[in-house]
Amino acid sequence: MKASVAGYARAQSLDHAFNLLHSALGEAVVIAGGQSLVASLNLRLSEEALLVDIRHLPELRGIGVRDGFLRLGALTRHAELASDPLVGEHVPLLAQAAPLIAHAAIRSRGTLGGSLANADPAAELPACMIALGAEILVRSAQGERRIPAHSFFEGLFTTALEESEIIIAVDVPLKTAGDQHVIQELTRRSGDYAIVGLAGVKSVNGVRLAYFGVSDKPVLAAGAMDILNSGGSIDDAVAALRGDLDPESDPHASAEYRRHLAAVLMRRVMVDLTNS
Amino acid sequence: MTQATFEQLVEVSLTVNGERVDARVPAGRHVVDFLRLDLGLTGAHAGCEHGVCGACTLQIDGEIVRGCLILAAQMDGAEIWTIEGVTDSKEIADLQDNFVERNALQCGFCTPGMIFAARDILTRHKGVPGRADIREHISGNYCRCTGYEAIVDAIETTARARNSAKEGAE
Repeated sequence: MKASVAGYARAQSLDHAFNLLHSALGEAVVIAGGQSLVASLNLRLSEEALLVDIRHLPELRGIGVRDGFLRLGALTRHAELASDPLVGEHVPLLAQAAPLIAHAAIRSRGTLGGSLANADPAAELPACMIALGAEILVRSAQGERRIPAHSFFEGLFTTALEESEIIIAVDVPLKTAGDQHVIQELTRRSGDYAIVGLAGVKSVNGVRLAYFGVSDKPVLAAGAMDILNSGGSIDDAVAALRGDLDPESDPHASAEYRRHLAAVLMRRVMVDLTNS
Repeated sequence: MTQATFEQLVEVSLTVNGERVDARVPAGRHVVDFLRLDLGLTGAHAGCEHGVCGACTLQIDGEIVRGCLILAAQMDGAEIWTIEGVTDSKEIADLQDNFVERNALQCGFCTPGMIFAARDILTRHKGVPGRADIREHISGNYCRCTGYEAIVDAIETTARARNSAKEGAE
């Protein structure tokens, strides 16, 4: 169908964007790449929206190392995550994740900030940010705050972002020598959203495993991680997934099949995390 | 402070196939509809209209995109190329000839989008891409006629010929 749009405004600056959001009294939606938003406007899943276009704001762009983090501007596109040398060196998880997102013609346009704000529970990047222990920088006219990824995602397409706030950037801890990053997902067709996916990070602090596609938001497998990080066996960690994950059945897969796939992925990801 | 107003008709100035276009577009107009309905460029096809089928694939600012997932209102300053433009320039004549030669189309609905996806991997890939690479790159473009085998053949044939020509020149 055709997109249901009530009005459009191109933000000339961040302050202008805040002003637009304020003037729309909660009726406005921020658009950047639009690769999920326009699809949902076409499907009339979103209400007729006033769009605030932030795609041209230079302060939301750029990738650079800063204070022990790799800072990724909110407008960083998936195609850039896949090819940027700094991402490849410091956060290979994101370089591995990007090619799993949709297709080339969508990765050329979709943005990091957009994916996080959209908070699709089957999307790769939200789970990666939780596995990495990243922090999401958001700003409003009142100021800036940093939100840890694990408390940013609150539920189905729901985040801690206030209506007046815009994601500015993401700070991701740098990979250090000996760290390992792995992401794997199971899909029926290339480019589909994952039936189940798993982003894993191994560092001096132990293993962090974030699942996607198994709940209404990305989930840290806390019980399994505790077992793995205290020297327990992979079999015990897999058994602990029963308590960590509570997937639902939907037309794509039954809950039990998702549990099975989650265990398969944990074994595969742990092989990659510990062998390389 | 710039005024906080939302427009229902948005002024844009862009280039399409190398020609400057100034237009006022409805805020919700998809790029593919802008091209088809306002400019009469019907090469890009509107299929599923939610970013799945790939029939509306075209090039904006040097990269392939979905014409149904981008609003014309966002196109101020953009450089758009459609199948009409890249056909006239003859840059993909070999690819198009190979599509015909290998029967890589039947009804033709997916073909303009498929050609853009094929052109993208041919441009980006150094040397000859493997068939798995080609399949991955066209995985976002649905074809309900050919079964894809002939499309992969046509792209592979083009890649081999271009590679031979390049090696011959060196």
